[in-house]
Amino acid sequence: MNTHLELSHFTAAVLFALCASIVFGITQKEGVREQVRYGAKSFMWFVVGVIVGGWFLWILKH
Amino acid sequence: MATASEKINTQEYPINMMGIVAPLVGWLVPGAGHLIQKKWIRGLLLLISVSVMFFLGLMMQGHIYTPNTGDVLEMLGFVGDIGSGGLYMLGRTMDWGQGAINIAAADYGTKFIIVAGLLNIISAVDAHQIAIGKKS
Repeated sequence: MNTHLELSHFTAAVLFALCASIVFGITQKEGVREQVRYGAKSFMWFVVGVIVGGWFLWILKH
Repeated sequence: MATASEKINTQEYPINMMGIVAPLVGWLVPGAGHLIQKKWIRGLLLLISVSVMFFLGLMMQGHIYTPNTGDVLEMLGFVGDIGSGGLYMLGRTMDWGQGAINIAAADYGTKFIIVAGLLNIISAVDAHQIAIGKKS
């Protein structure tokens, strides 16, 4: 594929989290309300994990 | 004494034709297993999520694995990639994702493509569960 996309680490992680959370929400729960809630929760934990992991690695480096 | 949540669900869900067709179609085209069961919104969201992830991976110069008997991680990479079904076949046909991985973003792209395949398998299994009545 000729199109080149250069994303920052954080943007890539957020896009990953968004796509994965949508699939998790739809497939892991029943009922729209539960699906939306689970998807949002998954997305939040993905992003929190990225931020916590990032700071942990920063602390390790310094 | 077992509580309600500990009770094992013994209800049986007989396999029907849709239970076979839906996961197969869902594997070939992400979300299609839901779409043929008239789960329009879920099907479209799955189609968009899996496809966007796959194409983002390609645009980040990710690698599409071919069938191989080499390194274990490469074999597992192929197993993940093949989960994308039609998208994988399209990628192979168009010879996409065959560049060498020499930048960090390309490695991320490779993971995006693998995870798109794995998410598509989860979607296909979900389509099967809807078809046999285990899930609404």
